[in-house]
Amino acid sequence: MADDPKQNDAPKKKGDSKAKAEQDQAEPTEKKQGRLSRLRFSKKKDMPGGLWLKCESCSEVIFRKELEEKGRVCPSCGFHFTVPGRERIAMVLDEGTWREQFAEIEALDRLNFIDSTPYSEKIARTVKRTGQNEALLCGFGEVLGKPIVLAILDFGFMGGSMGEVVGEKLALAIELAIRDRRPFVVFTSSGGARMHEGVLSLMQMAKTCAALKKLNDVGGFSICVMTHPTTGGVTASFASVTDIVLAEPGALIGFAGPRVIATTLKQELPAGFQRAEFLLDRGMIDNIVARDKMRETIARLLDYVDEAPYESAAAAVRHA
Amino acid sequence: MNDRSKKKGDGSPGLAFERPIEEIEAQIAELESLSLSTRLDISSEIEALKARLRETIDKTYSELSAWERVNVARHNKRPVANDYVTELVDDFFELHGDRTFGDDAAMMTGFATMEGRRFLLVAHRKGRTTKERLECNFGCAHPEGYRKALRKMRLAEKLGLPIVCMINTPGAYPGIGAEERGQAMAIAENILAMFSLRVPIVAIVIGEGGSGGALGIGVGDRVLMMEHAYYSVISPEGCAAILWKDGERSPDAAEALKLTSKDLLELGVIDEIVNEPLGGAHRAPSVAMNELKRVLLRHLDELIEIEPEALIAGRHTKYRRIGAIEGRFPTVAPSLGEIDVPPRGAAAPDSNGSAPGLTSRVEGADGRAQRRGGGAGPGS
Repeated sequence: MADDPKQNDAPKKKGDSKAKAEQDQAEPTEKKQGRLSRLRFSKKKDMPGGLWLKCESCSEVIFRKELEEKGRVCPSCGFHFTVPGRERIAMVLDEGTWREQFAEIEALDRLNFIDSTPYSEKIARTVKRTGQNEALLCGFGEVLGKPIVLAILDFGFMGGSMGEVVGEKLALAIELAIRDRRPFVVFTSSGGARMHEGVLSLMQMAKTCAALKKLNDVGGFSICVMTHPTTGGVTASFASVTDIVLAEPGALIGFAGPRVIATTLKQELPAGFQRAEFLLDRGMIDNIVARDKMRETIARLLDYVDEAPYESAAAAVRHA
Repeated sequence: MNDRSKKKGDGSPGLAFERPIEEIEAQIAELESLSLSTRLDISSEIEALKARLRETIDKTYSELSAWERVNVARHNKRPVANDYVTELVDDFFELHGDRTFGDDAAMMTGFATMEGRRFLLVAHRKGRTTKERLECNFGCAHPEGYRKALRKMRLAEKLGLPIVCMINTPGAYPGIGAEERGQAMAIAENILAMFSLRVPIVAIVIGEGGSGGALGIGVGDRVLMMEHAYYSVISPEGCAAILWKDGERSPDAAEALKLTSKDLLELGVIDEIVNEPLGGAHRAPSVAMNELKRVLLRHLDELIEIEPEALIAGRHTKYRRIGAIEGRFPTVAPSLGEIDVPPRGAAAPDSNGSAPGLTSRVEGADGRAQRRGGGAGPGS
């Protein structure tokens, strides 16, 4: 909270104009973000069009097609790019096993929220662009022959933010897992709660945890895979309290966004701050799993539990 | 945040509406001291001024904008947790520390006795003087604060003591240490655990209900809100900065976020508004606190009668259906067995007017659930 930076930090704070000019030349588009630009937290929901693009981590120019063929992992530095929801389903599930549920539920602008444009218009545009009704996709599927309920929080839909419908669909998906006695697997990429839905989106943190509590009561098993980026009310609710929490390499994971922290503290953040490796080191997640090993890892984990976990009366009592 | 610690309302542009009121109050005080020192009879003038004061306050406070309310909620003289302890509680034994990392001053926990009722008090501590405020980070708790709260709540559960949570935070602390120690994980663990606690929980937003930092001690069988408190997913300043790209648009953000007690009652997120005296709790703290006490005791007395299983089932349903619109969302029917049966003893779901969990039994042939037909609404 100290307003005064340490003495030796001072020159950087005031903005070393020469260094800044150099930076501006190198990164004209990031000019306005100033010193925070190096956080490389891109708000771009999908990769920009064109044949080539720049890696957000190593800045290497990559052939777009190559990146997509490599599962959106940077061929140069191994950075795991955010994956669109539909692509993730194809990556994780056995072919032809996906049966989507609750796809028809549409977002609703209950507060009549308007900033630069009405929220309802934003939803309509996003629905049209993405071809899906909300940021959460959920349904039945199989991983190497093992049946699961899968949920994907898709960053491409309003930053994967959690509003009422996302929270509701998560709870419904967990209830499907309870009913059909399947493990629940969720992939997150999200900026957190959706502020356009005000306190109703905050309440989804409680709703999703309530659903998970119910799953625990009957001895159900849950896995969350946090992918780049997972922050705010999503990290601070269901995503952090599944039985197993995995992360993809390099994923940004945290409560407050790095920009908020940097602005509040008025200081540079340490290298690697809030990355998956940082969280693993601090004991906050169970493991980091590379994308090409994700399918078999999930199947391996399911091997430990598919012996009728739901039958376990002990589990029910323990969580009661 | 530093702006907020300025002296009184006059320092904050958000409290400009208080100025005419403060002027009349000053005039009255001046006349009263004059009448004492000079023994002049100016009681009629004073009476007239007092009438004007009441009118002005009444008019001002009936027309408060959302942003003005946010500033009332942050008012420097508004009662904070320490005041409630001093004013309302007959005995308070503070319990410190999370026994893992440290003792977060922004989170206060301890045994409390009020009119013969014993409970665990969990409260954000904001402090009043600048020194106090700095010590407890202006009410922004760290992970160890949330873990301390959880540890003490588990103790309360063991001892069969109800839990009273007083929420007053701009938000959980955004900092390097907080992230290193798992701010998000600590809050998530609290939310999850609060659904399992077998004792009554009453949560009250007494000032600022700042996002996850508030919800981290905010899951309750009853959620109450002081009339001029606010409860929001993000601070109006944060929302304005992100969506309007302009921190000056906080008043617009406050309006759009629907964060006042009245809004939240209408949305079905809170159960009851605790009325404040005319002109806000900062104008008559004792009156405000005692009104809260009255309402709190009523809820505690009601909840104490409910069996633990029913309490937990009711709490689950309350949040599972929070803010729900009847028939809007489908329901998963329990078609594959008795998954909804509580493990021990039979729940008595109707004791608080709502049924637990998966209620509706309508399901289509393709396994896809249909819209919910009828049944209980959120909360009660």
